[in-house]
Amino acid sequence: MNDLPEAIGKRLPRRDAADKLAGAARYTDDLARPGMLHAAILGSPWPSARILGIDTAAARALPGVKAVLTGADLPERRWGLFVYDETALAAGVVRYVGEPVAAVAAADLATARAAAALIEVDYEELTPVLSIEEALRDGAVPVHPHFDSYEKRPDLGFERVNEIARQEFSEGDVEAAWADCDVVVDGVYEVPSQSHVYLEPVSAIAEFDRAGKLTVRSANQSVNKVQATLSRALDLPMSKIRATTPAVGGAFGGKSGVTVQPLVAHLARATGRPVRLTLTREEDFMMMRRRHPAIVRVKTGAKADGTLVARDLEIVYDGGAYAEDSPAVLGFGLLMARGPYAIPHCRLRGSAVYTNRLRAAGFRGYGNPQVTFATEAQIDELADKLGLDPVDFRLKNAVTTGGRWIGGQTITSCGLAECLTRARDAAGWTGKRPGSGAGTGAGANGRLRGVGVSAFAHICGLLGTSATVRLLEDGTVALAHSAVDLGQGAEAALAQICAGALDIDIDRIDSTSADSGAAPYNWSTGGSRVTYMVGRAVVKAADSVREQIVRHAAETFECAPGDIEIRPGGRAGIVGVPEKELSFGDISLRAHYQAGGPIIGSGGLVYDGEAFDYKEALIRNYPFARIGTYIFGAHVVEVEVDTVTGKVEILRAWAAHDVGRAINPTAVEGQIQGGFVQGAGYALVEELLWEDGQPINPSMMDYKVYGAPDLPLEIHPIVVEDPEPSGPFGAKGIGEPPLVGAAPAIANAVANATGLRLRTIPMTPERVLDALAAAAEE
Amino acid sequence: MTAAAGVGLTVNGDPLTLVAGPGATLLDLLRGAAQLTGSKRGCNSGVCGACTVLVDGRAARACLMLAADCAGRDVVTVEGLDGDPNAAVLGEEMAKSGAVQCGYCTPGIVVALTDLFRSAVEPPDAEAVRHWLGGNICRCTGYVSIVEAAVRAGGRCVGSEPGLPAQ
Repeated sequence: MNDLPEAIGKRLPRRDAADKLAGAARYTDDLARPGMLHAAILGSPWPSARILGIDTAAARALPGVKAVLTGADLPERRWGLFVYDETALAAGVVRYVGEPVAAVAAADLATARAAAALIEVDYEELTPVLSIEEALRDGAVPVHPHFDSYEKRPDLGFERVNEIARQEFSEGDVEAAWADCDVVVDGVYEVPSQSHVYLEPVSAIAEFDRAGKLTVRSANQSVNKVQATLSRALDLPMSKIRATTPAVGGAFGGKSGVTVQPLVAHLARATGRPVRLTLTREEDFMMMRRRHPAIVRVKTGAKADGTLVARDLEIVYDGGAYAEDSPAVLGFGLLMARGPYAIPHCRLRGSAVYTNRLRAAGFRGYGNPQVTFATEAQIDELADKLGLDPVDFRLKNAVTTGGRWIGGQTITSCGLAECLTRARDAAGWTGKRPGSGAGTGAGANGRLRGVGVSAFAHICGLLGTSATVRLLEDGTVALAHSAVDLGQGAEAALAQICAGALDIDIDRIDSTSADSGAAPYNWSTGGSRVTYMVGRAVVKAADSVREQIVRHAAETFECAPGDIEIRPGGRAGIVGVPEKELSFGDISLRAHYQAGGPIIGSGGLVYDGEAFDYKEALIRNYPFARIGTYIFGAHVVEVEVDTVTGKVEILRAWAAHDVGRAINPTAVEGQIQGGFVQGAGYALVEELLWEDGQPINPSMMDYKVYGAPDLPLEIHPIVVEDPEPSGPFGAKGIGEPPLVGAAPAIANAVANATGLRLRTIPMTPERVLDALAAAAEE
Repeated sequence: MTAAAGVGLTVNGDPLTLVAGPGATLLDLLRGAAQLTGSKRGCNSGVCGACTVLVDGRAARACLMLAADCAGRDVVTVEGLDGDPNAAVLGEEMAKSGAVQCGYCTPGIVVALTDLFRSAVEPPDAEAVRHWLGGNICRCTGYVSIVEAAVRAGGRCVGSEPGLPAQ
């Protein structure tokens, strides 16, 4: 692929930047509909309680109130991704603090909120399940007593009360393999609940027309999921539902499930008016989603020469009150738990459990950050014991192109070694790492300096998608797909791919996206899949358009299609005869008015890579046979630890990622820097906290998100391009991996600086000081 | 609800009398009655900075100001910076460097940096920009591209004819 089209690899500014800079981009809460009502929600004050009665009389009596709904007013219909356990409003019991119990639609927002506050709910408190330990202990209270009766996907593998799913990936013979190991490290790692904190709180507007068709405009990551879930929740055929997406102010997985749309649709149905609901920041923290906290026990063994031999890992994810993505998060975490290393003997097991806390769901990394924090910290612990350089140790065991992943899939492209060496060399690793152990790094005023590394993998792929490309009458192009631009630049990247496939300027392409009535299906914008998967669909659709253009040109010139070439800039002509050519406009006019009909290309696919090899690996209860192609990265981070305050400061970071092909290098670098910083927050400061089931920091005052003064400017993205044969122009995904590698690299840098191994994140000043004090006592 | 009252103020150069409920904030007024939705409500508690506007020429959080206290004041929102040469240069640099992702923080950052450029005597360096942006949360970019764009824009705007390259 030496001769790339002009549009590929170009640093084009994103096309929505001008509107966003001018304040002219319209997000859901910026939109109003004629006659629109405003909604407010009353949330549960208890983590677990039975609803004995709800008195809505005072709320209904307030002038301006048009509808008050409780769970009893809604049809008994549950939905979910794997377990159908969700309802729009609590049905009989509440399972977490904040769970929506009642909703109001009123003429204005102040009235809606005042009415919600007038609703009286009589609760009988029940014993809550507030931790993984409480969920799994003998005699545990079930969070969902009727779990058995819910519809669910088969083979989730749950065995105990409160288990949503239990899965395993295993190969080789772990128990026998320990005897072959010269060094074994065993540890338990704990990772916190991280909140997405997309800057735009969740919002939706729903309205019915008089023919009974529902239109929902909302912040989401998949109009197709919204449409399908509304169909189930409201008992409407999908043809009676249109889901669209205004501008979205960040999502990171937090808007990938269906959120408030069913509730707003019920209010619209009850009132016959358009209804808008926008959560407050506090409601969003308490009612939406979070990253699964987890406890990870890992044991890894190696030979004295640094060859990795065996790993035994068991993880439990806290899924919170509803299952949503938990079975898939668990399975994906396990699939990543061997790490990007050829470890022959692995037993990787785990479960996801219900608790009476906010539901956990997909969040940039999808189960992988939890696992990789533990395993990559442990790789450094092993390197220490073996007396090996952590980068060399990783390189010795790193997977390569043509190797196999656990489960047997062939790795079709792998830039891991290049990521490791380029990050190491850019960081000046050797000079900065005098050795491990306390006080090895020199810093002023009680500050200790160190560097750490991480290597990691992820996937891109997953399920189905499609795109259409139409040639307009003047030869410009209308591209349609349902990737949502969440801020990552999907619109521009896919338009660039389309421009590349047709070898025209991007200015000649208009995009329609994420409108279930106007653009074709896409499973979701998540899983680092849009550039790779939707990009492939765009190339297929564009290739079909190219074929039709060639046919028209051949018919016009009365030659064989094989004699026609597509020329850069939107022209088709006879090979070797420069003056014999037609513009795309000429051809499109012919197609529209003379012969053949308008030129439309469509392309669709379901991820079609190699399936798992069930003969070579024990794979229990994993819901997919294939999920994606593997992608790789490595981070090196330099930190300073203040031994007086306990604060960890990131001085510099080098984040190398193999993206196959950077369609737009500026956008790729933006994903790397932004993802790294979210991962740095996960490592050092971010944690949703509860006391007795009550969230204690559900606000941006109390939940810390890094600001510009907290961070270095030296976050160096390193773009590695090892082209993926199946990818569009060789491209792979980049959305999630930059977050995955940050926490372990930072923890390893802290260990290098201080000699202390912190196995719990976030590494807050308190935890660092406690660890320093404990070390001093020894 | 309790009686609403008219508030007379200047918004983006236009004298307006806008009806505000008793607890209404300037942000409620702007996004509601004035239909200026460029100022964003990210946290409604003065932390995220997405609602940053200029009040009497200085950056302020619209979510923390009571509408009633804005009577007689001169308010400029991101929409009011349309045509402002400093904002135009800043926008060009931010778009070029990938400093705009989801865009929800962008209006607040544009207003805050425009305020910096207007008040600065010499072009702000990266340190000055980083600290100036302490009140504007961005969850997408990691700030590097924003700071780099601001430094370049500041070099073109501050202490020279706006819009022209410095030196």
